[in-house]
Amino acid sequence: MFQILNEDGEVVNKEFMPDLSDDELRELMRRMVYTRILDQRSIALNRQGRLGFYAPTAGQEASQLGSHFAIEKEDFILPGYRDVPQLIWQGLPLYQAFLFSKGHFHGNQYTEELQAFAPQIIIGAQYVQAAGVALGMKLRGKKNVAITYTGDGGTSQGDFYEGINFAGAYQAPAIFIVQNNRFAISVPVEKQTAAKTLAQKAVAAGIEGIQVDGMDVLAVYAATKDARDRAVNGEGPTLIETMTYRFGPHTMSGDDPTRYRSDDLDKEWEKKDPLVRFRKFLEGKKLWSEEDENRVIEEAKEDIKEAIKKADQYPKQKVTDFINYMNEELPLNLQEQLKEYEAKESK
Amino acid sequence: MAQMTMIQAITDAMRTELKNDPNVLVFGEDVGQNGGVFRATEGLQAEFGEERVFDTPLAESGIGGLAIGLATQGYRPVPEIQFFGFLFEVMDSIAGQMSRTRFRSGGTHHSPITVRAPFGGGVRTPELHADSLEGLVAQTPGLKVVIPSTPYEAKGLLISAIRDNDPVVFLEHMKLYRSFREEVPEEEYTIPIGKAAVKREGKDVTLIAYGAMVHAALKAADELAEDGIEAEVIDLRTVSPVDYETIITSVEKTNRVVVIQEAQRQAGVAAAVAAEIQERAILHLEAPVLRVTAPDTVYPFAEAEEVWLPNHKDIVEKVNQVINF
Repeated sequence: MFQILNEDGEVVNKEFMPDLSDDELRELMRRMVYTRILDQRSIALNRQGRLGFYAPTAGQEASQLGSHFAIEKEDFILPGYRDVPQLIWQGLPLYQAFLFSKGHFHGNQYTEELQAFAPQIIIGAQYVQAAGVALGMKLRGKKNVAITYTGDGGTSQGDFYEGINFAGAYQAPAIFIVQNNRFAISVPVEKQTAAKTLAQKAVAAGIEGIQVDGMDVLAVYAATKDARDRAVNGEGPTLIETMTYRFGPHTMSGDDPTRYRSDDLDKEWEKKDPLVRFRKFLEGKKLWSEEDENRVIEEAKEDIKEAIKKADQYPKQKVTDFINYMNEELPLNLQEQLKEYEAKESK
Repeated sequence: MAQMTMIQAITDAMRTELKNDPNVLVFGEDVGQNGGVFRATEGLQAEFGEERVFDTPLAESGIGGLAIGLATQGYRPVPEIQFFGFLFEVMDSIAGQMSRTRFRSGGTHHSPITVRAPFGGGVRTPELHADSLEGLVAQTPGLKVVIPSTPYEAKGLLISAIRDNDPVVFLEHMKLYRSFREEVPEEEYTIPIGKAAVKREGKDVTLIAYGAMVHAALKAADELAEDGIEAEVIDLRTVSPVDYETIITSVEKTNRVVVIQEAQRQAGVAAAVAAEIQERAILHLEAPVLRVTAPDTVYPFAEAEEVWLPNHKDIVEKVNQVINF
């Protein structure tokens, strides 16, 4: 397993230490702390009924944000349903992320600059689509990549294999990330496959595969950066398995992890908390202080308060909105139904 | 003008659009150097290059995903599914994904994709090649489903499908690929999607059909004419959305209807057409709307196609029932 920082925040692999400035290192920490607060607040807001669908992210900050930190603005992100943080740091306004959670189309109305699809609910679909995005970039001669994410359970899907295999056959610039948090809802990874690692599934596609400590933000960043460099140089796709853990439930829709996870296992992984480790590393370099951390926490809380207010006040959806977003030119049946609902809505 | 078979007209439509629009990409299993298992893409890779017309690995779901991804980079994908019986492998990409792109993104992304696939019986194909599965995709909001029955229409409808900025499933009946030739203009032209065509005028009964059943209906109409029954034959051409305007105009004139499909009774689109007619024109009906369909079994073993597939005799029989109701 590729690792740069150990649990005590010590560099154990100097050779692969990524070339990040002090400001960039601080920015990475800022994003991880901010995202941890966002997770805590999202869970609370969900419990209050002010958010809808929500898949907790605490524990996966290094995996999600370290990999995202390695990509460029013009790269294309195909997230799974748990990968909202990557979209936010790519530029999705927070209130739109909340509208996505609540179930409002405006949450998915991305600007031209935000090169991404909305979070994918069908596990695996983002993988075959990423192969297509990457092939398109290659045909256009762009120096960009498609990056996509799935979980450990998702590696059992046909689309997972087809996606990496298509990208391999076309030597397309794609980065496939498997966030192995050891559980697909209640099913442990040992019940998904007899394979000893998920990274080795890359062999079936004939592409590069690497298993990374997903609680180590520098290792995840370095592996993704390397995959990106090779992809834009025409050397094809990479499969990156990040060994991580979700501290919370699968989603906020009634999942209770105490039914399938032991306290011991939770504690073992909490010791690996990516924030604790990176904080120690930065404090050792005098790049991070309690004041820095508190400032980020306050900033996050303030932003979240504003964003949820904006999401709450966003105009309600109408059936006529939905009809108008179906086709460029409405077919006969929808023209008729549009008139019907316009009449209803004007009452 | 040139005499073309339907397959030649289809190739010609793709050549026209590959020439017109550099964003058009044609891909699928064996569509490149081989020119397709039915020669639908014959010569296209040689003319436009491997970056425009290319083979894929053997995986329908991957092909669907590839199309969706390519569209994000401004391409206009025209993927082929070798036989529509293999739809099930790519059902998510078609019905779960590309059909929803515009909707789920609130209009910020779209999928200008044309999925081409052969289907249809009467040529003794092996299992799951000939099944009529248009009903499955016709029930999916966000998809248009086009089924041509002549070379002239195949070209005009395929050009329209490729130019449409939303996904179109374009189904090509295998029995019609080379069964006859027709004058097809060499220049480009379009036929609007969602518009039916009256293929024969009549005043006594309306026959609504699509695909190979259009020709069965025309043959039945010839026989009926000998008995003094003038059947009007409507070719739906697009089975989703259905052109109710053309249908209702005809029904108001003839007051009797038979809807004809090759698919099983529980499948296809005949039930939806019959429902619309009774909602919109029940006071014009002298008899119930009857359907000619295949039986509700799995598509037959090859040797049994003749006894299983609906034909012009079945249509004549149903017409006599609605006339004598």
